[in-house]
Amino acid sequence: MYTTMHDRIATKAAPSRRQFLKSATLAGGALLIGTHVTLGGKALAATTSDAPMPNAFIKIAPDSTVTVIIKHLDMGQGNTTGLATIVADELDADWSQVRTEFAPANAALYNNLLFGPVQGTGGSTAIANSWDQLRNAGAAARAMLVSAAAETWKVPATEITIQKGVVAHASGKQAKFGELITKAATLQVPTQVKPKQPKDWVYVGKHVPRIDSQAKTTGQAIYAIDVRRPGMLTAVVARPPRFGGAVKSFDAAAAKAIKGVVDVVQIPQGVAVLAKDTWSAMKGRDALKVDWDDEKAEKRSSDTMLADYRKLATEPGGRPAARHGNAASALNGNAKVIEAEFAFPYLAHAPMEPLNGVIELKSDGTAECWAGSQFQTVEQATVAAVLGIKPEQVKINTVWAGGSFGRRATPNADYFAEMAAIAKVTGGRAPIHLVWTREDDIKGGRYRPMVYHHVRAGLDSAGNIAGWDHKIVAQSFVLGTPLEAMIVKDGIDATVVEGAADLPYRVSNLAVDWHAVSSPVTTLWWRSVGHTHTAQATEVTIDMLAHEAGKDPVAFRLDLLRDHPRHAAVLKLAAEKSGWGEKLGAGRGRGIAVHESFKSFVAMTADVTITKDGSVKVDRVVAAVDCGVPVNPDVIRAQVESGIGYGLGAALRNQITLTDGVVDQSNFDGYEPLRISDMPKIEVHIVPSEAPPTGIGEPGLPPLAPAVSNAIFAATGKRLNSLPWDFKALKSA
Amino acid sequence: MVALTINKTQHDIDVDPDMPLLWAIRDHVNLTGTKFGCGAGLCGACTVLINGEPTRSCQTQVSDVAGKEITTIEGLDGRVARAVQTAWQRLDVVQCGYCQSGQIMSAVGLLAQNPRPSDSDIDSAMDGNVCRCATYVRIRAAIHAAARDLA
Repeated sequence: MYTTMHDRIATKAAPSRRQFLKSATLAGGALLIGTHVTLGGKALAATTSDAPMPNAFIKIAPDSTVTVIIKHLDMGQGNTTGLATIVADELDADWSQVRTEFAPANAALYNNLLFGPVQGTGGSTAIANSWDQLRNAGAAARAMLVSAAAETWKVPATEITIQKGVVAHASGKQAKFGELITKAATLQVPTQVKPKQPKDWVYVGKHVPRIDSQAKTTGQAIYAIDVRRPGMLTAVVARPPRFGGAVKSFDAAAAKAIKGVVDVVQIPQGVAVLAKDTWSAMKGRDALKVDWDDEKAEKRSSDTMLADYRKLATEPGGRPAARHGNAASALNGNAKVIEAEFAFPYLAHAPMEPLNGVIELKSDGTAECWAGSQFQTVEQATVAAVLGIKPEQVKINTVWAGGSFGRRATPNADYFAEMAAIAKVTGGRAPIHLVWTREDDIKGGRYRPMVYHHVRAGLDSAGNIAGWDHKIVAQSFVLGTPLEAMIVKDGIDATVVEGAADLPYRVSNLAVDWHAVSSPVTTLWWRSVGHTHTAQATEVTIDMLAHEAGKDPVAFRLDLLRDHPRHAAVLKLAAEKSGWGEKLGAGRGRGIAVHESFKSFVAMTADVTITKDGSVKVDRVVAAVDCGVPVNPDVIRAQVESGIGYGLGAALRNQITLTDGVVDQSNFDGYEPLRISDMPKIEVHIVPSEAPPTGIGEPGLPPLAPAVSNAIFAATGKRLNSLPWDFKALKSA
Repeated sequence: MVALTINKTQHDIDVDPDMPLLWAIRDHVNLTGTKFGCGAGLCGACTVLINGEPTRSCQTQVSDVAGKEITTIEGLDGRVARAVQTAWQRLDVVQCGYCQSGQIMSAVGLLAQNPRPSDSDIDSAMDGNVCRCATYVRIRAAIHAAARDLA
């Protein structure tokens, strides 16, 4: 049966305060030995290897700047600002003295506490897993500054205050942090620290400006694609046109004749063209002749695959993901039964910055990488394995990433493996910058899986849901990978059934089954993962049942959510703020959906207009969000806006299709993202909460498509269940 | 050799005349604020100003811009540019930030021509600039805010 990925891995890795304090001490040593750059003076470094400050997450410099070490990748979700906010609040630093720095790859210090011994970013966990860790780190550092001041001034520690970076005593004595660090470094790490009470928060829950706004509006922020190393060569790779294909032979003569091309080499993933600049490498690849071996490749078309999925859904043999009562027999009785199918295409993530990274082999046998590294521990291990060195001999410099949406974190560290292979085969004679083009990105796989849902659900005579029988056909990207042990339980891949197997509505008889299919087409988590399709299937089905029962969609849901107060609260809030119940004009409609994902609760209404050409314009979305303590309310609003836009673009017009195994799309023409003219007006309402913070990078996406689908029904009386919406179907009778 | 005037400085670079300006700027002049998004003129991440006009540098050959004034995000200055960048910062428009150099160049081009753009003017001027983080609500608000500041 199903448990969430969070639950599965959190139980293995709950941090204790003892662990934290121990790691803080170790960290002090590690930082002093390794990257000690800002904490003044050689004297300190020489005196002790276990100096309590800086710790693994905070460096305080003689100029009083506070540098927060960010263990996560920031691919736009604003976690850098959020993580710094938590520390700044506990420290009572002034926001203007706060800096950030991305952590090195070091799982002993910087693992994601929800991923076990792995450093990585995903599953909307950055703030959730860091909350206690950073509050404790900040509180410990604060206590040490207080003690240092107390000892220096010979006053009781309890009489010392810190406000906006100024340590003070009623006697009039004052000091900035930088003046106290030498003394603080001689003190023991406090064994008992008490983070602040919510009433004392100065930044959490309030507005602070984003840390990255200035650098990202002046062209100064450095992404992997901007990294330059002396003598660096740019590599582009010709990969098989069909998934599962391989190089049979190649002729590099024409490629090598292109000005700027330096070398052409074969690697396990394809053929790499190395050149002095990106344009020459791309021209070289165009001139390259490769003969591909398609024997083991996927040669089906996606239409055929979907037909196979549809057929499989009617057959026995599904794996049981949820079971209460007997859904099949409940639906064979007197119930009023509705039936719906939902088809979902492969989707590319298409982050604005295509995959790329730099690798440099050092004369001492180690390797150094620069990338928007999302899964540092896996990437370190992968590069090490390719090069035949130890993981700790691989240094990774994490830099800003131009989006990811899941794409940069793969179980096999795909693009790191490519760049390591090129470095190896070229003997490390030059730093290598591997660059994927947009075509490589769109055609390159690691898609959101193609998924088919079939749901039968029925109402009893009292209007309750008597039965819900739900089949899901999908490929797993977890089975057979190192992630299987973490995510799969009793044969059920949580990333496929999440959001369906844990249906919150009161249903007497429930069955959710998963039919696993396989293909050489590579797939991956895509922003909000299984919820990208389960929210659509469940929230459209519940809307159909409400209609069948003759009840208002909000009232119908609330009645069935009596045991789920957080779902109910956001649903009510979104409905109220949207003006639910008011009449909209002809050709317009309002729909609603609510969905829990990554332990956060989001409800949305969508207002749509059916345009003259028969397509649909989404005019306005009202969202209500409960993600626990809203650390940075404006970043939360931004993430919900982003989830809405990302989800809407896909639902409007994105699909990856295959013809005889070859991807039909290649760039932003065939796979056109949402544009500004498509963007609805958005309101985001945040439920006040003191519960521990939960995810926000992903939960803003799942309710969007069902809210719009339900709005289209409200406007037209027609159901568009599959994505992308087929607006042509609105024109037929 | 091609002579390019970028941000008021002349650069003589040894590249083929058909090289897209984008790659000359990024790989030969080493100004990396201008971004590669699609290489096909479909996303606007590579937008620069050529004689003040927003232009997709991935679709512009270096041979076509010899002698023209090329401005990248690093060289933006003047009243309009400052208003746009300030509004972007005040409203915290950016997320991943990768497309934002291009967005800002297009917005500067728009406001230089049209100091009080309507929503539909903004749609027309900005529709070629893709943001996968979908920061569009804030881009629109920031353009209106910059217009107010310039009024």
